[in-house]
Order: sequence, then structure tokens, then C-alpha cells
Amino acid sequence: MFDQLKDKFQSVFDGLSKKGALSEKDVEAALREVRMALLEADVALPVAREFIASIKDKAIGATAIKSVRPDQQVIKIVHDGLVELLGGDAAPLTIDVAPPAVILMAGLQGSGKTTTAGKLALRLKTRYKKNVMVASLDMTRPAAREQLRLLGEQAEVGILTEADNETPIQLARRALQVAKLKAHDVLILDTAGRLSIDAELMAELKQIKQETNPHEVLLVADALTGQDAVNTAQAFHEEIGVTGIVLTRMDGDSRGGAALSMRHVTGQPIKFVGVGEKQDALEEFVPDRLAGRILDMGDVVALVEKAAAAIEEEEAMRMAKRMASGKFDMNDFLNQLRQLQKMGGLGGILGMLPGIGKMQKQLNAAGIDDSLLKRQEAIILSMTKKERVSVGLLNASRRKRIAAGSGTSVQEVNKVVKQYQEMAKMMKRMGSKAGAAGLKAMMGGLGGGGMPAAGGMPQMDAEAMQKMASQLPPGMGGQQMLGKGLPGLGGLPGLGGLPSRGGKSKRKK
Amino acid sequence: MSWFSKLTDGLKKSSSKMSASLTSLFTSKTLDAASLEELEDALIEADMGPKTAMAIAEELAAMKFDKESSQEAWRIALGQILVTRLTDVAQPLAIREDQSPHVILLVGVNGSGKTTTAGKLASHFKSQGKTVMLAAGDTFRAAATEQLQGWGQRTDTEVVTGQEGSDSAAVAYQAMQRATDAGIDVLIIDTAGRLQNRSELMDELAKIHRVIGKYDESAPHDSVIVLDGTVGQNALSQTKAFSEVAQLTGMIITKLDGSAKGGVVLALAEEFGLPVHMVGVGEQVDDLQSFTAQEFAAALVGVPQEALTQDQA
Repeated sequence: MFDQLKDKFQSVFDGLSKKGALSEKDVEAALREVRMALLEADVALPVAREFIASIKDKAIGATAIKSVRPDQQVIKIVHDGLVELLGGDAAPLTIDVAPPAVILMAGLQGSGKTTTAGKLALRLKTRYKKNVMVASLDMTRPAAREQLRLLGEQAEVGILTEADNETPIQLARRALQVAKLKAHDVLILDTAGRLSIDAELMAELKQIKQETNPHEVLLVADALTGQDAVNTAQAFHEEIGVTGIVLTRMDGDSRGGAALSMRHVTGQPIKFVGVGEKQDALEEFVPDRLAGRILDMGDVVALVEKAAAAIEEEEAMRMAKRMASGKFDMNDFLNQLRQLQKMGGLGGILGMLPGIGKMQKQLNAAGIDDSLLKRQEAIILSMTKKERVSVGLLNASRRKRIAAGSGTSVQEVNKVVKQYQEMAKMMKRMGSKAGAAGLKAMMGGLGGGGMPAAGGMPQMDAEAMQKMASQLPPGMGGQQMLGKGLPGLGGLPGLGGLPSRGGKSKRKK
Repeated sequence: MSWFSKLTDGLKKSSSKMSASLTSLFTSKTLDAASLEELEDALIEADMGPKTAMAIAEELAAMKFDKESSQEAWRIALGQILVTRLTDVAQPLAIREDQSPHVILLVGVNGSGKTTTAGKLASHFKSQGKTVMLAAGDTFRAAATEQLQGWGQRTDTEVVTGQEGSDSAAVAYQAMQRATDAGIDVLIIDTAGRLQNRSELMDELAKIHRVIGKYDESAPHDSVIVLDGTVGQNALSQTKAFSEVAQLTGMIITKLDGSAKGGVVLALAEEFGLPVHMVGVGEQVDDLQSFTAQEFAAALVGVPQEALTQDQA
């Protein structure tokens, strides 16, 4: 991560500014502030200490960015380090297995296990079209079983009816049988919690785990947890082997440092965050957002990003010039696709625009995600150099070869070519008067030509695209739009964690 | 089991950890920079937060000890620093005899233990021979009213309830009337849990507070935040936000028997100076106990409480 960042800085800085390096003194001073911030965010002390030590090693000697104070730059490096640490090894839930996929929920009492089990059931059912069953193995708290039953009914998923005299193990066994018999894709097992970790709880969980062989063991933890988060996570992980973490109550104003602690000691990814009482208030985890929240220095991070952007603008200008001259080949098209990806993909850009965040869900549901951009990129990369410059060469057999090479279909190749042609036409037309209209057309082109969900984006296609287009400045040189184009980003409430330039460095593509 | 031993038990994890680092520290006459930092770390790990931990560590560093002074002496000195910081905030929940009823409003985030605390408080005051009434102001959480009614039955206390989803300010008002008419000594009003950054819910709480004040200007006589002892530094944000809408007069800290570190009490004392009325150290009715500085400090640093009480004279 850091190397990437450094490389990027280096390349854009070469010839633009005198190179300086961050000194040990600079770094140490800034890291003292960072330590305070982490501890106030309830990051466990050993974790904070280790993290800071690793950052220190990386930051000393890093190339200094012109017009930014060294301490500010260190904070940006810390932020990126946090994003990396929080987001590494992200993996979707293992649910596509021979049914039933078993998900075991574990955690302390009051952490939100049962609520999360219900939310997860709803999500897997609606989002992933899975046939889900929930079963409560909590024989100590009748209210918990009742709660899960209600949640299951609301989500309209299968519910295991419990008998009062069964042990949790017997229940688990029966849940598995019933799930198999009724051909459920996913079985979610809710377990009993305790106020603190005790041997009895762990023994029971272990036995349940042995009995059911779960594909996922999700540790549910309250985002408000203090320094103890690290012990809780460690204990659960050592005893039952956690595969992922769900952080609840992230709708509060807690800084959420517990997440970092738990991520650190278990080495397992944070999969979801609970953000409210409603049953659909479960979101995918966004590392960048949480990093911003833990560090709570979003303004500084944004500042550094802006400084780096100002320099990158130079390059963007070059690109814009080339376009203005009407030259546009597949290589340029590829560049644009990559810019889009850097900005977090189409969904990412839309998500950053005021008022569109809410539509993110619809975007996801419509399948508009990075994989589309990735496929388009693969198609272009499967073309020869000649083909990329002279698209006219692409006859049927070449297209077939490209489709095979990129693992796509000829139809998809055709779409990319068509999209390219539309855009090239537009470029020519635009000539020197590059303007917002061009971008709008580009976006429209993407939406109409390449998107599988053409016109199928609920309630938003034309209107939202237009809105988005109108907010993006001219030129289409991706970096330039990033530098200036998204007004108020970073300052938006609740978006504190988003770098103002749209996560330029957050994606490793 | 006395509450001290329960508290000691609950805080054992943090205090034994602290004890360990303290043992290695307290072997010299004064604290050098490295041991000072270690001490600070131990305090941070007890959830005191970096600022309070730093302040306390520095206070201890300023003290001088004889060469031969044992690490026990250091430990007691640290305990005494904590006692000094906590003495002012350790104030029992005093019921005003001239009020009928004396109104206690319980507020806090979800899951901090308000309803359980309401039940335990009812039992506590009953055992003092007072007449008590409970008001189920949590009309939001489905099981809350039933839970409080359960406490009502167990403690033989009348519970004023409203419909699920009804206006909790109305329940509070109704309870004020009923308690006044019946000449009740103590009215305990439970409220729904709410995260402090949810402004519409905080507005609702402000309204409850206002409505109670409309019925009786001096009420609520106690506006108490119930804090989960396992929560970290967010307890500060909670206390601040609830102070603003419900004019807090004190706090009750629950779940100190769990994985709680307890140190957040010191951060709270430093930041707000609000009285800590009681602490919850277990699930039993009598596990809600008055908070005393000596007991708490002794449990936290791992010395017998007599060691801290003697020197207080």
C-alpha cells in the first residue's frame, strides 16, 4: 500500500518539486497525536502501539509532498495504513457451498447477535436470493428465541421451532437436519451470549461448532466496546476460530476503534456493520469510512490529498489536451475506464454525490459495480496494440479472439467497441469546446451501451446520471475532475471518511 | 459475596494486569520516563482514556518515596490519587423527604441496563421502607414494558404503562399524576434507550423531561444516566449529549462485573464531575450498590480497601 502511494507520489513529483523526505522527528511528533486519537477511539493499547510502530517505519524517509506540513502528510500515511489494515483480506461470505451453508453467530451478551442474525437472514434472502433458515440455540434466554422468531417471521425466512427441553447441541443437530430436509441454502445459528467470556460459554460454542461444521463463524461485537475488545476477540478466536466480524451499533457516534483491535488480533475481516434498529440496517463494511472515523482527522487527510491532486492535475491537463485535439483511441478509452475504477467505480462516484448515496443499494442491486469496468478493461487489454489504435481492424474473427482472451462474450466486445465509437464521435464533435455536455454524453454512453442494466436502474438512470454529470467538471481527465469537481466532499456529514478525491489511492487495481 | 469482592472480581482482569505492570514499576524512588509511560499504559488499558491516564500518571510521578518504600506503598499512593479524584463524585442517591413523589428519570443508550436498574432501584428503596412506583416510559422496545412489569411483580410495585408505541412523555405525565395522587415517595421513570447522536430521539427525551417539569417544577429531582461499564471512551460522548437534553444530575454505572475495565469512571469524573450514585456488579437484585471511592479505587489498583480508608482521616 505504502509503496504504491510512494511510487505514485514519486512519479508525479519527479520534475515538479524538489524531493525532500520525512524526518524521524517529523514522524514522531505527528505519531504522538495519532496515538492519542487512536486511544480516544478505544483502539486497544497494544494494537495502537504496534500499528504506530509499523507506520513509523514506513513514514520515515517517505518523499515529502510540497505545500503540506510533514505532520499532515504523516497523518495521511496513517489513514492509508488504517484503510489497508481494516480492509485487507476482505472476502464475501462463504455461502455458495453444498447447502446448507452454516453461519454461526457468536459474541457477548448484548452485542447484537440475535438482531444481526435476523438482519443477515433478510439480506441473504433479498440480496443473494438464498433460501434461509434461522435457528436460536439460546436456551438460557427465552426472550432471545422469541426475538429471533419474530425477526425470522418479518424476514419471511425459515424458522426452527424449538422444544423447551433440548440442549443447544441437540438443537444445533436438529437445525442442520431440518435445513437439509427442507433444502435451505443457508442456516443461521444464533447462540447464547454471556456478560463476559466464561469457560462454559466457550465449551458450548466449541461443541456447537464441532457438531455443525460452520462455513462462517461471525463474531458480533458492539462498536462501543472499550479496551476489552481485544480480549474478547482473542478469546473467541482462539477457542472457536472466527472467520469474520460484524460490528454493531455503528449508527452511534462511537469512533469504532474496537474494530481495529478485533481485526488486528483475529486477522479476520470485518464483514458487516449494523447501523440501526431496522431489519435492513446492515451494511457492507467500508474500510475507508471507518478509518476516517477512528482517526477523526478527515480534514488533514483531505488537505494532503488535495495537494497531491494539484500536482496530478498537470497530467490530467495533458490528457485533456489530447482529447481536445480530437484524438481518442482505445488506449484513451482504457485510461478512462481506469480512472473510473480509481474513483471507486461508477457506484463509488455516484455514492459520493450528495443525495445519491441512498441509491447505492439500487445500484448494487442493478449489478452496476466494478466488475463491469473490470470486464471492459479486460476486453481492451485483450486487443493488440494495433487494434487499440485502429479499431477498424476488429473484424468478426478478431472479436471472437478478444472475447476468448478476456473471458467474455462477443456481445460484450461489441458493446465496448460501440461504446468506444460513440465516445470517439463525441470527442471529435466536442473538439476544443470540451464541456460538461461531453461528460454527460459519456456517462450516458456508458449507461446505455455497456451497462447490462441499461435503462433498468430504478428511478435514477437519466436523472441521476444527469445530476452526476452536471457536477463533474469538463475535461474528463479523471484526475482533474477529482481535484475540483466534487464540491464539498469530505465535508459532508457522514462522509468524513471519504477522501475528497474519491479514494484515489484506496483501490489496488 | 460482598459487593467489594464482586467488584474486585469483576475488575480483576484489569487490576491484575495493572498490578503486574505496577509491580515492575514501583521499585525505584521516583518514576523514570519509561516507567511513567508504562504506568500510563496500564491506566489506559483500564479504559481511563489517554488524557486522564496521563494526568494521573504525572500526579504519581510528582510524588517522592523513600528508597526502601515497597511497591505496596506506590500502589496505595496510586489508590489514594484515585480516591481523591472519586470522593467528590461518590454520592448516594438521596431521596428528598419533602417531595411526594421524588422523581427519578433514567436515561441512556440502548442496552445500558436502564430497565433492570429501574427494577433494582425500586427494590432498593422498598427495602428502605419507601413507597415506590415505576413508569414504563420505554414504549418503543417491545419487551421493555413486560420486563418492567416483571420487576413490578417481583418487588410488589405498581407499574404505570402505556400502549406500545404510544407517547412516552404521556406515560411519564400520567405516572406523575398517579404517584402524586397516591402519595408515593419515589417515582422511577424508565425511558427508551437512544443513541446520543439520534437527534429526533434526543428531542423526544427533552420533551419527556419538559413534561415532567411542567407537572412539578422541581422534578425530575434526579436525572440519571445509566452507563454500561464495558463501554469505552464513548461514555464521555453519551454523558455530554444526555446532559444537554436531560440536565443530568448523576450517573449509575452497570455491568462492572463483566469484562468492564472500570477506568472510564475516572475519565467521567475528570470530565464532568457528575455524582456517581450506584454501580451494578451483578445480575441479582442487591447487586446494585452505592458507589464508594475507596472500594472502587482499591478494587482497581488491587489493594485491600482498608489501606485506602485509613489514610483518609
